[in-house]
Amino acid sequence: MKKIKDIKEAEPTRDGFGKGLLELGRKNKNIVALSADLTDSTRAGWFKKEFPDRFFSFGVAEQDMMSAAAGFALSGKIPFACTFGVFAAGRAWDQIRVSVDYMNLNVKIIGTHGGISVGEDGHTHQALEEIALMRVLPNMTVIVPCDSVEAKKATIKAAERKGPVYIRLGRSPLPIITEENDPFEIGKGILVKSGSDVTIVACGQTVYEAMRAAELLSKEKIDARIINLHTPKPVDEDILIEAAKETGAIVTAEEHSIYGGLGSVVGEVLSRNCPVPIKMLGIKKCGQSGSPQELFKYFNLMAEDIVKAAKAALKMK
Amino acid sequence: MQRPDTNELKKKAKETRKTILKMLTEAGSGHTSGSLSLVEIIMSLYFYKMRHDPKRPGWDMRDRLVLSKGHGCSALYAILAEAGYFPKGELVTFRKFGTRLQGHPQIGLPGIEASTGSLGQGLSIANGMALAARMDNKDIRVYCIMGDGELNEGQVWEAAMTASHYNLDNICGIVDFNKMQIDGWCCDVMKLEPLADKWRSFGWNVMECDGHSFEELMDTLDKAEKVKHKPTVILAHTIKGKGVSFIENDVRWHGIAPKKEELERALKELDEKD
Repeated sequence: MKKIKDIKEAEPTRDGFGKGLLELGRKNKNIVALSADLTDSTRAGWFKKEFPDRFFSFGVAEQDMMSAAAGFALSGKIPFACTFGVFAAGRAWDQIRVSVDYMNLNVKIIGTHGGISVGEDGHTHQALEEIALMRVLPNMTVIVPCDSVEAKKATIKAAERKGPVYIRLGRSPLPIITEENDPFEIGKGILVKSGSDVTIVACGQTVYEAMRAAELLSKEKIDARIINLHTPKPVDEDILIEAAKETGAIVTAEEHSIYGGLGSVVGEVLSRNCPVPIKMLGIKKCGQSGSPQELFKYFNLMAEDIVKAAKAALKMK
Repeated sequence: MQRPDTNELKKKAKETRKTILKMLTEAGSGHTSGSLSLVEIIMSLYFYKMRHDPKRPGWDMRDRLVLSKGHGCSALYAILAEAGYFPKGELVTFRKFGTRLQGHPQIGLPGIEASTGSLGQGLSIANGMALAARMDNKDIRVYCIMGDGELNEGQVWEAAMTASHYNLDNICGIVDFNKMQIDGWCCDVMKLEPLADKWRSFGWNVMECDGHSFEELMDTLDKAEKVKHKPTVILAHTIKGKGVSFIENDVRWHGIAPKKEELERALKELDEKD
C-alpha cells in the first residue's frame, strides 16, 4: 500500500480488469468473454482482439447475454459477462437470479461504470445499487476494487473462485494506491492504515478519499483507521468487529446507495456483534450529470465530508 | 437411428399421462394442462432423437434439452424416470419439502440440464451451450422447449436473434403451441400471429407439426437436424390438457392439480381409450 505522497499514477479500474482478463485468457482456454455492445468501454475489447474466437457479442441484450453465460458455464467454460453495472445488475437481475445464482454457476459478471464517478452521462448510466442488488443473491460474491491494480487481482481471483462473482468497476481514472505485491484475498478486508480513534470503512473510489481524510484528521490529532472493504460479500466480519472494539466509532463511505450498500453491510455486522456509532456517507438521491469531482462534492463523498462524519461519530462515542 | 414402434410409444404416452396426473394429485398443486401437452414432444426426444445415456447424465457428448417452460416439469420428470435417470419411486416426492423434483426444474436431479421457471431464459441458456459446443468442436444438439405464452417474453426474441446471428444449426427450438396461457387464449392475452413469420424473419428455419403425433414429431426432428447454417424452430401444435376431455382446452387447468375424484375420472378415461 502506497503513502499518499507516493501516489503518482491514475487509471480506471476497468483497465485493471482488461489486463486481468487478458492474463487469464493466455493461461486458460476456458475463459470466454461475453459483451453487450459496450466492448471497448468495458475493456472486454482487449480480450476480443487477442482471442476473437473466445469473444461473443450479444448486441444490446443484457438479459440474453446473462442467461447465455449460464449456458457457457454449464458447458465447463468460465464466462465473463461484461456490460455497464446498471444493465448487468439492474436490467438482467432476474437472469442473474435464476440462470446464474440459483444454479451457483461459474459466471463472472463485470459491471463497469459503477457510481457517480461515471460523470456526465447522468443517472441512467450511473450504477448506484449493484452492491445491494447483488449481495442479496445467496451464492453471489461481490467485489469493489479500489484501483486498477486491485481490479486486476480481483479479476484473476474471481476466475479461480467457484461460483458467481460480481465485480464493480469504474469509468474514471482512480489514483493507484495499491502495489502489485500487496496481498489480495476475496473476502478479506485490508487494513490500509491503523488508527485508534475512529475507523473509516470504504470500497472503490472512496478508499482514496478515506486516505486523504485520515491525513486531514491527523492534523487535528485524530488517529483514524482505514479499512478497504473490497469484498462487501462475503464480508470480513473480523476486521470490522476488531475495528469497532478498538476504535469505538465508524464512518462508512461509498459511491452507492446507502440503502443496502457498504454502510448497510457494516451496520449489519456490527449491530449483531459490537454495536458502536456509525455514520454512513452514501447516495440517497438519483444521480445526475456533472464531472466526477463535482458529483463527489455534491453527494458529500469527499475527504472533507468524511472528516466531518468522523468527528460526528467521535462525538457519539 | 432406428425408430421405436409407434404403438409402443403411444402406450407409453398414455402411461406417462397417468403418471403425471397421479404426481399432480399427490402433490396437491402444479401445472396440469401444460404438462399434458408436452408428453409426445419430450418422449420423441428421449426415446428417439436425442443422444443420451441415463446412466451417464454428465456424459460430455450428450444432446441437451432445456425445458424453458419449466412449469411443465411433471412431464419431464415422468419421462426422465421412465428413461432411467432416477428411480420412479421418487416421482411421489414431486413438489414436496426436500425433494429433488422441485416445483420448477432445478439442476442436481439427473437429466435436468438447467434450472428454469422464470420464463424466457431457456433459449439463451441453450444458445450458450450451443456456442460452447461449437467452440470445442463437439457435435451435439441442444433442444429447447418453450411455451407459446412464454414467447411474450422479450428475452426469447433476443435469444432468437443470437441463435440466428451465430448460425446455430445445433439449436432446435420447439414451441409447445397449445394456444393457451394462464390468462386465457394466447390470441386474447397477447397476439402471437403470424408466429411462423416472426421466427422466419428472425432468421430461423421454421417447421410445423402435430405435437401429439409421434410420426410427425420424429419426421420433423429428423428434418430439423439436416438444416445447416441456421437454427430451426418447430411449432408443435398441441392441445393444452391433451388426453383428458374435461381438462383439454380449459384455461382453469393451467395451474391446478386434479383432486382425487377428478384423478379417478381422468385415469378411467385414459384407460378406456385404445
